[in-house]
Amino acid sequence: MADSGVNKGRRRFLVGATSVVGAIGAVGVAIPFVASWQPSARARAAGAPVQADISKLEPGQRMTVEWRGRPVWVVYRTPEMIERTESLGDGILADPQSARPQQPDYAAGPMRSIRPEIGVLVGICTHLGCSPLYKPEPNAEDVGAEDWPGGFFCPCHGSRFDLAGRVFRNVPAPTNLEVPPYHFVSDTVVVVGEDGEGA
Amino acid sequence: MANPHKAKAERGLMRWVDDRFPATQLWRDHLSEYYAPRNFNFWYFFGSLALLVLVNQILTGVWLTMSFNPSAEGAFASVEYIMRDVEYGWLIRYMHSTGASAFFVVVYLHMFRGLLYGSYKAPRELVWIFGMAIYLALMAEAFMGYLLPWGQMSYWGAQVIISLFSAIPGIGPGLAEWIRGDYLISGITLNRFFALHVVALPIVILALVVLHIIALHEVGSNNPDGIEIKDRKDEAGKPLDGIPFHPYYTVKDIVGVAVFLFVFCVVIFYFPEGGGYFLETPNFEPANQLKTPDHIAPVWYFTPFYAILRAITFSVFGLDAKFLGVLFMGAAIGLLFVLPWLDRSPVRSMRYKGWISKVMLALFAVSFVTLGVLGVLPPTGTRTAIAQVCAVVYFAYFLLMPVYTRLEKTKPVPERVTG
Amino acid sequence: MKKQLIALLFLLVPTGVLAAGGEGVHLQHMSPDLADKPSLQRGMKLYVNYCMGCHSLEYQRFSRAAEDLGMPEDLVVDNLIFSPELGFNDQMHRAMSAADAETWFGQPPPDLTLEARLRGTDWIYSYLLGFYRDPERPTGVDNMVFPSVGMPNVLEPLQGVQERVCAAEEGDAEAHSGEEGSSCNLELVSPGQMTEEEFEEAVYDLTNFLAYVGEPSKLQAQALAPKVLIFLFIFGVIAYLLKREYWRDIH
Repeated sequence: MADSGVNKGRRRFLVGATSVVGAIGAVGVAIPFVASWQPSARARAAGAPVQADISKLEPGQRMTVEWRGRPVWVVYRTPEMIERTESLGDGILADPQSARPQQPDYAAGPMRSIRPEIGVLVGICTHLGCSPLYKPEPNAEDVGAEDWPGGFFCPCHGSRFDLAGRVFRNVPAPTNLEVPPYHFVSDTVVVVGEDGEGA
Repeated sequence: MANPHKAKAERGLMRWVDDRFPATQLWRDHLSEYYAPRNFNFWYFFGSLALLVLVNQILTGVWLTMSFNPSAEGAFASVEYIMRDVEYGWLIRYMHSTGASAFFVVVYLHMFRGLLYGSYKAPRELVWIFGMAIYLALMAEAFMGYLLPWGQMSYWGAQVIISLFSAIPGIGPGLAEWIRGDYLISGITLNRFFALHVVALPIVILALVVLHIIALHEVGSNNPDGIEIKDRKDEAGKPLDGIPFHPYYTVKDIVGVAVFLFVFCVVIFYFPEGGGYFLETPNFEPANQLKTPDHIAPVWYFTPFYAILRAITFSVFGLDAKFLGVLFMGAAIGLLFVLPWLDRSPVRSMRYKGWISKVMLALFAVSFVTLGVLGVLPPTGTRTAIAQVCAVVYFAYFLLMPVYTRLEKTKPVPERVTG
Repeated sequence: MKKQLIALLFLLVPTGVLAAGGEGVHLQHMSPDLADKPSLQRGMKLYVNYCMGCHSLEYQRFSRAAEDLGMPEDLVVDNLIFSPELGFNDQMHRAMSAADAETWFGQPPPDLTLEARLRGTDWIYSYLLGFYRDPERPTGVDNMVFPSVGMPNVLEPLQGVQERVCAAEEGDAEAHSGEEGSSCNLELVSPGQMTEEEFEEAVYDLTNFLAYVGEPSKLQAQALAPKVLIFLFIFGVIAYLLKREYWRDIH
């Protein structure tokens, strides 16, 4: 048990080497445990992209599809609706040019869509997660606003969005409605949950 | 208690903690100033390895619980869900299922070490008894865990074992029904076994492990020579043949851990079914209460006792064979508890015991293994006869021990440890 | 003493030699090869075309098979998914409903996801090769490996028709009364679309696919194992050097 003849340097090196390799091993062991919290194949299958057939969608109407357990709206905007929506400006909207990343790049701009007449929006209010109501008709009375251009109104806390999902000023919701990744596989079929090729 | 001359922030922090919690004290008592005999050999790896496997079982068990569905309708499918759909679920599941067998391999070797070197003898009776309690709790834990995948072997294995309770005269049938909570094994049984397997028994096992280690560190470790290192100390009061557990045995145990993990991983990655012994083939079919598999055998770690149960094919004193079998099986485990008082030898270690003890221990080990092998095989006339011989040897080892340990001539024990 | 103890240790380690064997039926051996992707792909195609009408693979997703077997999504969707109700991410459910299965077969054909782990690949291989004509059976066939089986020989168009020919070694009377299958052989009496070799190849592929389906994680395990073992070996060597360094104090 004498301390004499102990090679301190070698001892320190071996302690260090064992600790480092041991720590690498511990990280290696942690990997499967951490990775197992990723969405499983079942969750991913349930969250896979969904197809929406919009051939029966009438101008001015909205349909809802479910994607990853959330409602996704597909709105067919008439030329008047588009005109009314595009006329809204800075004074009324918080983020009229969709500067904040609430949509894929290919859906930026005022109408926040690939084709201006077809809007695709996640139907969850960005305030506290209620699903807003569809109020397309101009000057609807129960939305608590004058000069209502048509849009979405959240009954929970009174947030208002236009038909492109852009949020109004002075409402609780902080940002525009989210636009999910989507693309058209044909004129009448839209795939929600997946970017188009080349996007 | 403020120290105006804090040399290092680290030391200051340690002092702050030590004033409130005996961290340094515990470190010294159990590691850096816990003196273990310097002559530990190969057999002394299995205690720390058992601790490692326990940690593995708890960790993987917690993670399995996250994706397992404890219901008769969903259990089987959820195991396949873990095996296929959950990221790395297959690895976590194999670590748990292989870990169960590894636990028993390690624990059996650890127990054999106790028999070999007399680690159960005074003053270590309580260390041994706590250990046996861990073993018993572990068997219950393993048995209940085996029902959870809800395969054919899970179901019929549990059916057979629970039916053992019905052999008890009088209260038996009612008792078996009470354990099942139903007239047959059903989702109700599964749910209560799940609760016991993941909550109750792990707590019991952990508590017993703490008791086992506290008792051990109170009396000190035995060693292959079976002598007390505390009897010879230097001027500073340190045992002459003792070395601090840390760093000497920690670095040694790390080597053992590396070797163990290597073998463990070979099994997990290449032979997760363990040749049909760790995961039994019929368990790849969901439980079906109308169809018994052709051949039911418990998992290998239960088979020595199962073979004793089956070896009792006769009735005595009006007690039928079924009840006698259960009685003998219970006695086979129960005798282990009283072992400290059966051994009357003046020496602990097999190194200094007489030849009868050596022969008896060898015979005992051989019959234990033979019983284990016979337990997985379907019974035939010859096999039952062999099992009966082995059962006699098994009991003779214990019951004759007070006689042969006293009669035999022992060798003189050295004053200092050897080797 | 020490040698005996080490011998005992080896005895305590369970060996696979004692695994309970079959019921005396001679099985033909096949060794699955999960690295043979073309074989697995052909096997999956056979399964989808000939088996999946009745037998689900309840836990196997098309998408997982596509990934593991190296098949692009559109190829799988176009060629291997027939039911309009099934998507790429779905499990391989059979076309037939459970109720129909009950009325047609008395009991629903079993799920085959774990068949290779339950019965073994040798069994599946021998079973698929083991059908022979037996006019007394309702399906017109019986099986060497699974006597009185309820399943018809769905691969008959490929295989042709076999008949059982028993060698009359010890007199006809005994051969008829005994159930000995070992002295009997199958002979092809009317060929199918495939030659015997081609058919054996096809059955190999199908069995190989079922071996994959039984344990898809085996592919991941085999990929991960060498890395883990090499790491543990290095760790063990370093740990041993550390132990030797400290134990210089004691020896």
